[in-house]
Amino acid sequence: MTFSWMAWTLPTAIFFITIFALIAAMGVWEYFAPGGGPRVGILRFETTRGDRLFVSLLGSAFIHLAWLGLGGPGLWWALALSVVYAIGVFRFV
Amino acid sequence: MDKTWNNKAWFLVLPVLLLVAFSAVIPLMTVVNYSVQDTFGNNQFFWAGTDWFVEILTSPRFWDALWRNLIFSAVILAIEVPLGILIALNMPKHGLGVPVCLVLMALPLLIPWNVVGTIWQVFGRVDIGLLGYFLNSLGISYNYTQNPTHAWATVIVMDVWHWTSLVVLLCYAGLVSIPDAYYQAARIDGASRWSVFRYIQLPKMKRVLLIAVLLRFMDSFMIYTEPFVVTGGGPGNSTTFLSIDLVKMAIGQFDLGPAAAMSIIYFLIILLLSWVFYTVMTQSDAEQK
Repeated sequence: MTFSWMAWTLPTAIFFITIFALIAAMGVWEYFAPGGGPRVGILRFETTRGDRLFVSLLGSAFIHLAWLGLGGPGLWWALALSVVYAIGVFRFV
Repeated sequence: MDKTWNNKAWFLVLPVLLLVAFSAVIPLMTVVNYSVQDTFGNNQFFWAGTDWFVEILTSPRFWDALWRNLIFSAVILAIEVPLGILIALNMPKHGLGVPVCLVLMALPLLIPWNVVGTIWQVFGRVDIGLLGYFLNSLGISYNYTQNPTHAWATVIVMDVWHWTSLVVLLCYAGLVSIPDAYYQAARIDGASRWSVFRYIQLPKMKRVLLIAVLLRFMDSFMIYTEPFVVTGGGPGNSTTFLSIDLVKMAIGQFDLGPAAAMSIIYFLIILLLSWVFYTVMTQSDAEQK
């Protein structure tokens, strides 16, 4: 069985492995600290760790799109900005 | 009594995980792979990096289609949700009228999308369609194939005709679940019709309304078949929504790379707006409790 029809590349494989690794890490975190760590942050409503990961990933996607639309193809700064954004989300949201 | 935790229950989730993996995750991964490459067929791919994303994000064609889609969804929600609530409130709660109304409401939902498009395409035609002929005989020069406003009106009325009943049925389900004791208490307190709606019926309908708004938003934002059959995206590009533009790009032009990039942007917009809708509505619900 070949997966050549999926047209895999190394960067896209790394991208998906990172996403799956993040989800797996959340599973491990949940195993050691069950309950999802709900709290009310700056958005003024309750969020769990899963919500914060979702907001981080979705926000990062839009940061990258905005960077591409406004700035151009170099995405390292967008990635750095996304990491800062994700840390902010996990700290304050 | 303490709950017994049994992690074997997780295995029950496996079938749905497999189903979602094959129907959504694997195709989505493939689209992501295509979005960074160029292909001319024959399973040969060339690395393109983020070029297709830049091309789509700087293309007026994409932004025009996106605005048309957002306006369409806003208009659809603004009409279908209040109209659905109004009809549900006036539907009978007892007697023979209940099954009759429910069947009548369910009928448009049973008709396939392409058949709905064909019905309205014929219905609106000036030469043989009842609506087109009737409007023109009244002196209104209605022609959805030439006038963008008429094309928009036709597509919106068609969608309202097709999907308002979904909102009606969901709201009706919420309304019939309200016990009579609530209405009796309201009558004893001398509550007005508006107060009964505002403080009894609307809160009880909130959960089903959330589902209705989400379903209608996602469906209207992804609409393809009906406008494609009726107007084909025209006149000009006036009813070319994102999905129609996407199909033109992917199948009409065989630009699979840009089409894949556009699909991902489209998916992210739907994901963001659905999350905002869901969060706003569930949070306002939680605040009321």
